[in-house]
Amino acid sequence: MDLKFRRIIVSTVFVVVALLFVGRLFYIQVIDDSYKLSALNNSRRFVVKHPARGLIYDRNRKLIVANDAAYDLMVVYGQVKNLDTIQLLDILQIDKHLFFKEMQKAAENKYRPYPVVKQISVQTASRLQEKLHNFPGFFTQVRTVRSYPHKCGALVLGYISEVTKTDIDADNYYEQGDYVGKIGIERVYERYLRGQKGGAYLVVDVKGRVKGPLEEGAHDRPSVLGKDLITTLDIKLQEYGEKLMQNKTGSIVAIEPKTGEVLALISSPTFDPNLMVGQSINTNYAKFATDPNKPLYNRALQGDRYPPGSTFKIVNALVALQEGIITPSYSVGCQQGYYAGGIHVGCHSHPSPLNLVQSIQMSCNAYYCNVFRAILDADKYGTVRHAYDIWRSHVHSMGLGAPLGIDLPSERPGNIPKPEYYDKYYGKNRWKSLTIVSLSIGQGEICMTPLQMANCAAIIANRGYYYTPHVVREVIDTAMDNTFKKKHVTHFNPEIFTPIIQGMYSVVQGESGSTARVAAIPGINIGGKTGTAQNPHGKDHSIFMAFAPIEDPKIAIAVYVENAGFGATFGAPIASLMIEQYLTDTIKRPWLETRMLETNLIHKPTLASHEKQRN
Amino acid sequence: MRNKEISIFRRIDWITVCIYLALVLIGWFNIFAAVYNEEASMITDMTEKYGKQMIWIITAFALATVILLIDSKMYFTFSYFFYAFVIGLLLVVYALAPEVNGARAWLEIGSFRLQAGEFAKLATSLAVAHYMSRYGVKITQFKNWIMVAIIMLIPMAIIILQNDTGTALVFSAFMLMFYREGMPGWILGVAVYMVLLFSFSVIFAFSSVAVAIAILSIIVFILFAKYQKLPTKYSILVALAFALPWAIIRFFNLQLPAYAAYLAAMALLFIPAMVYIYKKRSTILFYLYFIALGSFAFSYSVEYVFHNVLGEHQRSRLYVFFGMKSDPLGLEFNVNQSKIAIGSGDFFGKGFLNGTQTKNNFVPEQSTDFIFCTIGEEWGFVGATVVIALFIALFLRILFLAERQRSRFSRIYGYLVVSILFFHFMVNVGMTIGIMPVIGIPLPFFSYGGSSLWSFTMLVFIFLKLDADRDLLIQ
Repeated sequence: MDLKFRRIIVSTVFVVVALLFVGRLFYIQVIDDSYKLSALNNSRRFVVKHPARGLIYDRNRKLIVANDAAYDLMVVYGQVKNLDTIQLLDILQIDKHLFFKEMQKAAENKYRPYPVVKQISVQTASRLQEKLHNFPGFFTQVRTVRSYPHKCGALVLGYISEVTKTDIDADNYYEQGDYVGKIGIERVYERYLRGQKGGAYLVVDVKGRVKGPLEEGAHDRPSVLGKDLITTLDIKLQEYGEKLMQNKTGSIVAIEPKTGEVLALISSPTFDPNLMVGQSINTNYAKFATDPNKPLYNRALQGDRYPPGSTFKIVNALVALQEGIITPSYSVGCQQGYYAGGIHVGCHSHPSPLNLVQSIQMSCNAYYCNVFRAILDADKYGTVRHAYDIWRSHVHSMGLGAPLGIDLPSERPGNIPKPEYYDKYYGKNRWKSLTIVSLSIGQGEICMTPLQMANCAAIIANRGYYYTPHVVREVIDTAMDNTFKKKHVTHFNPEIFTPIIQGMYSVVQGESGSTARVAAIPGINIGGKTGTAQNPHGKDHSIFMAFAPIEDPKIAIAVYVENAGFGATFGAPIASLMIEQYLTDTIKRPWLETRMLETNLIHKPTLASHEKQRN
Repeated sequence: MRNKEISIFRRIDWITVCIYLALVLIGWFNIFAAVYNEEASMITDMTEKYGKQMIWIITAFALATVILLIDSKMYFTFSYFFYAFVIGLLLVVYALAPEVNGARAWLEIGSFRLQAGEFAKLATSLAVAHYMSRYGVKITQFKNWIMVAIIMLIPMAIIILQNDTGTALVFSAFMLMFYREGMPGWILGVAVYMVLLFSFSVIFAFSSVAVAIAILSIIVFILFAKYQKLPTKYSILVALAFALPWAIIRFFNLQLPAYAAYLAAMALLFIPAMVYIYKKRSTILFYLYFIALGSFAFSYSVEYVFHNVLGEHQRSRLYVFFGMKSDPLGLEFNVNQSKIAIGSGDFFGKGFLNGTQTKNNFVPEQSTDFIFCTIGEEWGFVGATVVIALFIALFLRILFLAERQRSRFSRIYGYLVVSILFFHFMVNVGMTIGIMPVIGIPLPFFSYGGSSLWSFTMLVFIFLKLDADRDLLIQ
């Protein structure tokens, strides 16, 4: 029958649908693997365990960078109910728009916890904790933030902040939301300080509720604590130096000559590193970055527009002695300056003629113009250019004109010009010793960073060698390479330092006419040299480099105070106070200290220094 | 009488009963697996869904036994009373029921929730079978067809009012029975065509769908012309009738509504078509003409229907199904998770109780509408295929049984049973593997829930009783 035949058609429909289903099942179950992967991602969650970051100590094992607890306010958007935004924002004290922006991001994945407000202070978090039951879907998670008990050393120690895309691209260790050292020790020693993230696989349900560990935690990885660092810094000296430099622009670098260990590295103006933690980092960073006094600019390492001024005379004296151009008894007469070929280099009034020791003591310009020209024009070199090359190689051996290689980022090389520079500027063979005579007194093109200057003081203190300055002595439980154990020997014989040191002794402890008698400390012999660098932008820079005690040098120091006048006015007293502080741990000249502390060379108090005082 | 009561268990079709038992028991274990977690208690724990399902299963067996013991004539005799009772129940539910998941389909009596709509399928099946088995009633006769439609539309309307559209859609499965009982095959064809046209009209703009309809109309006319051995020029003229208005509007860039070209074409064709129909008494061309016209009208009105007749959640379900709106955490989320669960099952599955997706609530409604995910995930391709095979075996067996009935009532009822079961199976499984829109109807015998298990059991066992007594039931 016709209608009975329709049973076959109906049956066929059933079978076709069934085959269609079986085919589809075969495809999604057996052929297509993407569903299996999704299933894994779906049901297990990797919870990262952030280890505590390594602590940082000073040379005397004082804790200088600590970890404090802070809290992230987490939200699982899908669990939020009847949110009382006004009450929540009232507790958190944050911007409404920012909060809503973050909540929108949280809404992108309804079932994953999202840090909606990061690094809430302990106080706010405890207030929040009491009210948290009013905010379903929200919970807090402990994180650590850096704290700086001594409130100093911001640029040396550095700070940490959330990774940027560049950080993630550069190192796949990082994930969104991780923290990374941005400047200073935090950045250079990031690999040691960060430790190793660990993690646990958890089985979760669709709402992100944890159901338990995956396979009894068989795949979990414990986190490894960050390594602690012992720095070479003397935090008390660092703190004191920053205090002395308050309201001044410039830098102090102090080095232990025997080891190259940096005792203090100060760039002023600076700020309280505690301002660069937690939630405040964003606003404060913007403030500092736009501050005309550039508190984020580490002058100690990056200040390579600093001419060394008269401190450089020591270098020229060393080269001349080493090359046999002069002997300590070499004398030059000076009538208030040096006159040659229409060029006049002025000098102050002092007895004349002067020998080498006296030339250092009185800082005679004419003496060094003569010495420098004598080197360049010496017959044995043939040409001025060759003589300049020789001179330059000696200067190089002191670590000038190239970065020293300190374990801090962004160190600048300073500048000891290549002969090609003068070739280009004046024309080949068109420049003579007189053309570049300003190099003799540390002016002209040459520049050095305060770090290089302090290193020069260390070389003199050591009579001819140095260790690369460094700020970290030891990473706990970690073998370090020998970079900072390697002795760099300069081109100068130890014995030629004797008259130099004698001269530097006289600068401080000499009779009247010595340039830096203000720096003298009863009972401690200091060797020093002032510098007063002319600069086209304003008042001269006040410079002083020194080391002490002369018999057994424990500290070499360079002080650079911008637009402060004579080297003896600020550079020498500050260096002297630093030496006194470091060697005796007391200040017996409160009048000098007060004068330094009260001087304000930055007429408008900067935002950074203002912030610092408030703290 | 006594003899007959004993022998019912001999005369009953045990093959169907075995498949039924297999499906119900597999379903029960899968509900346990779907709800299962580490601290899960015994499968018989009454406070959990699997424990409750056990109660439903036991009571369903009791119900089946009672059904088999009742005189088979009663089902015919009391079908209208039962129908009236269920309609009354639906109205009561609509008036009293609280809203659950947006639908007012459940009547709560204590902790017991009754879904009256499930029983409406059974009652309507009996009523329709009763009416259609009456002497002289033919589905091809218009007034009979209207009566059947009324019997179906009353419960459907109330169920739609209850916002349980899924259950109401099940009645469309009755088409299969109508087909078997002599409804012209082309009506089924038109129904399929309408569903396709609706889908395309939702997905594509009217202008594109209309071009497709026009091209299809021309092709169908060419076939018709071949069949009627008409000269080729007629076909060319028809093609020109469609092409010319369209080309003119395009060429002169006339600012006319989208339907203008097709309306013009149909108007141009109206007089020649009517003349031909009148002269040759060609009903085929008559139907073709109005199907073409209807197609344009239908496609154009879909947008209106879509935005004004359908409810918001139905609209978004269709949007998501047609891939027009991505909503990974909403509706698409459900289907995605369902596909992920099934897809992760691989060939042999993860093993009983080892499913990670279904166990941790990734799949929504995992013990009810999405129970098939548990099978797919834990038993893999093999398990899912076995379940599909069991269902198909059941369907074919019931078809076979229906065809051997001597009474029209039994045969029609048997076809309705298999149609309803098949519709549930097709939509539910299709939904979990992402080839059907999300329509919340249970998988027969598997999904958790007393109402559905009871109603499917009654549906099947009333038929088995009728089949057992097929020699007694002749009318």
